[in-house]
Amino acid sequence: MTEQEILEGLAGICNDLAGVDPSIVSMEKSFRDDLDIDSLSMVEVVMACEDKFGVKITDDKVNSLETVGDAVTFIAENA
Amino acid sequence: MTAIVSTTGSAYARISGLGSYRPSRTVTNDEICEHIDSSDEWIRERTGIISRQWATDDESVIDMATAAAERAMADAGITPSDIAAIVISTVSNRVVTPSVAAVVANRLGSKAAAFDIAAACAGFSYGLVIAEGLLRTGVGNHVLVIGAEKLSDFTNMEDRGTAFLFADGAGAVVVSASDEPGIGPVQWGSDGAAADVITSEPPTPVRSSADDVPRERPKLTMQGQAVFRWAVGEMTTVVGDALAAAGISASDLDCFIPHQANNRITDALVKYLNLPESVIVARDIVHMGNTSAASIPLAMDALRAEGRLPAGGLALVIGFGAGLVWSAQVIRIP
Repeated sequence: MTEQEILEGLAGICNDLAGVDPSIVSMEKSFRDDLDIDSLSMVEVVMACEDKFGVKITDDKVNSLETVGDAVTFIAENA
Repeated sequence: MTAIVSTTGSAYARISGLGSYRPSRTVTNDEICEHIDSSDEWIRERTGIISRQWATDDESVIDMATAAAERAMADAGITPSDIAAIVISTVSNRVVTPSVAAVVANRLGSKAAAFDIAAACAGFSYGLVIAEGLLRTGVGNHVLVIGAEKLSDFTNMEDRGTAFLFADGAGAVVVSASDEPGIGPVQWGSDGAAADVITSEPPTPVRSSADDVPRERPKLTMQGQAVFRWAVGEMTTVVGDALAAAGISASDLDCFIPHQANNRITDALVKYLNLPESVIVARDIVHMGNTSAASIPLAMDALRAEGRLPAGGLALVIGFGAGLVWSAQVIRIP
């Protein structure tokens, strides 16, 4: 799966779970500051990513994923 | 070999009375934020809580449990002599022994069997299972199940992850022998591998003779994100299984009354169950906070006070929390 495909999948998840406009989800965006996804919504986003991409993301790892790019890179390297 | 006599009781059990006690002191988010770096908006968004009720020094776990029990007995139309056993779920009485239940029994004027259970936020649902089992063995016709907590005694006011969450109160039901099923099959369990995600610190101290310094009371601790992930990830399956075990679907429900842990967890459960909009969802946490074992009967009684608890209807209840433990079943509304 390419980074672009992961990005599109992640944008869909952010839309489903947090009502984020998929068109604004890009690599440099901060989940918290730019997409308004708080710590609890982030847990739901991560759980959905685990299901969709077949990757394990621990609670410690969740807190280190600040930007969309952090998440896409982690998924690409670990899926 | 001489056989011993055994008894059997009622085939089924149902809830026949409901009562609750809400302590007197309203604590706003702004008051909580005098102790932590947070805000009313942050607390509302993360939990749904606008305010919570805290007990005063004149409102102990025993006082609140007794008051709730008296109201549930009056609602069921029974007297203390009708009660065969009293089961109280609590984790927040100030003394280790005697049990809250034995003292409450005496306050009520009862000498029934009385004991506490420690199943935290799942305690009310666990209590229903125990009551039904007791009635089936023939111990009598009525069992009191009470959830009573004074979590404010064990709240760390400096912890910005939990200071706003916990609160006080009591709720009680009378569970009675019945000709028809009023309590569905339970879906319950435990996972002690995650015991550390909700616990209390420091452990109850051991004193030496050289150490007469008064020790601090233990305070509740919680890894919020881990609990949220567990609740949203695992409890969704449990509620679905409880419906299936009772032989009903989500559209058959009148009410969904989850433990009032966090509105965001309730939102996730509602979404997973795909509940029709006609199903009433308890949101008592908004003005009561998280009262652990007391939250389900408190929420049920609040719905009734608002005229939103249809007598004879079906409700799904689920409790989940420290242990970790969980427990869910469908009940017939009294």
